[in-house]
Amino acid sequence: MDTFLGLDALMLARIQFGFTIAFHFIFPAFTIGLASYLAVLNGIYLWTKDSRYLDLFSYWVKIFAITFAMGVVSGIVMSYQFGTNWSVFSDRAGPIIGPLMAYEVLTAFFLEAGFLGIMLFGRDRVGPALHMTACLMVAAGTAISATWILSVNSWMHTPVGFAMGDNGQFLPQDWWAIVFNPSFPYRLAHTLIAAYLATAFIVGGVGAWHLLRRRADAHGVRKMYSMAMWMALLVAPLQIVAGHEQGLNTLEYQPPKIMAMEGHFESHENGIPLVLLGLPNQEEGRVDYKIEIPRVGGLILGQGWNGSMAGLDTVPDALEPPVAVVFWSFRVMVGLGLLMLAVGLWSGWARWRGTLYTDRWLHRASVLMAPAGLVAIIAGWITTEVGRQPFTVYGEMMTADSASPIAASAVGASLMAFIVIYFAVFGAGILYILRLMWYPPHRREPDAKSEPGPIRTAGSTPAQQVEESTSQPAE
Amino acid sequence: MDISFDLTIAWALLLAFAVYVYVALDGFDLGIGILYPFFPEKRDRDLLMNSVAPVWDGNETWLVLGGGGLFAAFPLAYAIIMPAVYPLIIAMLLALIFRGVAFEFRFRAEHRWAQKLWDGAFIGGSVLAAFVQGVILGALLQGIEVDGRAYGGGWWDWLTPFTQVCGLAVVCGYALLGACWLNIKVEGAIQARVRRLARIAALLTVGFIVAVSLWTPFLDPAYFERWLGWPDILKVAAVPIVVAVLILALGRALLREGRDWLPLGLALALFLLCFIGLGVSMWPYVIPPSVTIWDAASPFKSQLFMFVGAVVLVPIILAYTGYAYWVFRGKLDPEQGYH
Repeated sequence: MDTFLGLDALMLARIQFGFTIAFHFIFPAFTIGLASYLAVLNGIYLWTKDSRYLDLFSYWVKIFAITFAMGVVSGIVMSYQFGTNWSVFSDRAGPIIGPLMAYEVLTAFFLEAGFLGIMLFGRDRVGPALHMTACLMVAAGTAISATWILSVNSWMHTPVGFAMGDNGQFLPQDWWAIVFNPSFPYRLAHTLIAAYLATAFIVGGVGAWHLLRRRADAHGVRKMYSMAMWMALLVAPLQIVAGHEQGLNTLEYQPPKIMAMEGHFESHENGIPLVLLGLPNQEEGRVDYKIEIPRVGGLILGQGWNGSMAGLDTVPDALEPPVAVVFWSFRVMVGLGLLMLAVGLWSGWARWRGTLYTDRWLHRASVLMAPAGLVAIIAGWITTEVGRQPFTVYGEMMTADSASPIAASAVGASLMAFIVIYFAVFGAGILYILRLMWYPPHRREPDAKSEPGPIRTAGSTPAQQVEESTSQPAE
Repeated sequence: MDISFDLTIAWALLLAFAVYVYVALDGFDLGIGILYPFFPEKRDRDLLMNSVAPVWDGNETWLVLGGGGLFAAFPLAYAIIMPAVYPLIIAMLLALIFRGVAFEFRFRAEHRWAQKLWDGAFIGGSVLAAFVQGVILGALLQGIEVDGRAYGGGWWDWLTPFTQVCGLAVVCGYALLGACWLNIKVEGAIQARVRRLARIAALLTVGFIVAVSLWTPFLDPAYFERWLGWPDILKVAAVPIVVAVLILALGRALLREGRDWLPLGLALALFLLCFIGLGVSMWPYVIPPSVTIWDAASPFKSQLFMFVGAVVLVPIILAYTGYAYWVFRGKLDPEQGYH
């Protein structure tokens, strides 16, 4: 068989899709949260005229612009990859997937792109009301985009509303059923909340970093940290509820995925244990060295104290997902989720005690947890996407039957190119973002006109450096 | 059945419109990347990039609509074309990554070498993306081998002298659009240089248009019949005649001062005519010489579902895109970039 580095074309195409989409999704996940945060900051600034909010807006909007650009260019890759690497899937599922993605372009991408320029550069040119509108449009665009693409993804997990054509195509019968397929509302809620939570932890981490370093404009930094921690406190519990609900939905429509997540190789009657840890051994069909709590699994899955549940022993081997990947990625997501909940609660306690801005251990924890939300998002997507294997359209179309007729060497070469270029280019972008985060937001010059000029001037980087280096002795 | 027949044509026209808008808009901002080597000064380069910084995102979105629309309305064509030009699509996507991030990274780079690096990424990405788009167009025009519902040709079928000429043609064409756009956005000495470049790019573009036009009828007897067969020639002759008139007008506009918007308008009209010529050659095939738009069409319900949205949304999109352009209208002040 035709292989590249020992991998066949199908596996290479899967790795390529997984790699490019995981890398891509980091950016929109952050921009979904950040766009809303920016709209809120701008709104509060216009309402209160408190310049700290404007400084925070100007600070985060630069980071937003870089993230958004990386999201756009890595996203164009996704829209063509269906055809390049998954042409059989595209041909067969195109009549359903295609229109939903076209709606995403028409309702979201244009909206974001059309108003982004005004949001970034147009405050002076259009006035505050239209500028605020642009901020809202961009924020709405990110959420609308997530809505359509999650509808597509959810349909692939829980396909309904179609008939199978003679030519092998999925023919749409009921668009309402397709768009609002059974797993869509749960996945949408879980993903959007995840984006907000991840953003809260990034913003919180940056705020905590500057609080720890006691730098410059402590006022704006406190605002930033306080807002982020409110978000963490309120949204982390909500996310656990949303994730739980999605889990129950998955149990109903994709039970083998739950079996893999929970490590249930064997069926249970009269009480389902909760497997905390262990080493899944798919060949032998058991979890080695497992630590479990009896019966609690049944309570979580809504089956009760004496509940019963079929295990992977009831699933043909060929239809089992790769258990270890799903088992571990799920634990990473849940573990980080619980840690985020803990930081949120801790911040609430510190706020109540009046130590939110002085509790250095809380700040250290916040800095450490800054990427937690993004990591949890990637882990969660690995869980759900690997967990639905071996299907692309669940129960209807196998992954093995979806790929393009492309030689392994071609897919392998393009995969290598993507890996090298993504790490180089997006690595540079992430470094630029980290460097922006390294410096605190600074106050406007007192003499500056009340309406700020263009947020970025060509020569501003050196000037900014000077300003920052002079502000350091004030520590 | 009658309605679905019409809807497929409507989708073909709508997609053609999306691709044309893409070529018109991203054409000039890719063109700016192509012209970058002729402006080695950092100050000039900042100005050039600022002329498209607020709008490039939106311009590139039309490419996503083109790809997404093809996927949605003609999934079979999407499933055949993408594997057929696999290395080209990958190259184009990677090129667009480099030039897209350059907009942001260039202004973030602190060191001179890093800035040079992103300048290089902007130039290389723009030139490669333009060239590859031309090659893809040429590959489609020269015909793609189909086997059943999949691509049936080899991995290097797209690599022919004809496709390479098409690639060069698009690079020159985009450079022309870029220069004409800058003619509107800048003034003074730099505008004079832009106009000189526009004249050179126009000459090269016209040369390539002539070459591709003369070559196309000999690619396939069907094309020959359509362009040179009697009495079809009476109908299609209008295209080359209008092209000739536009070329003369463009030359005049570039040689005279004033009316800065005119060269861009004429260049876009020239592109439109070339685009219509392409349509004349290919119609009714989406993949010459074997897959028609009806063969590749997605089912009626898919096309209808999208069409309803497109009819409502495309005018709205055009309106707010136009508004965004209006907000950033006028000559750029070199002292006050957006960045």
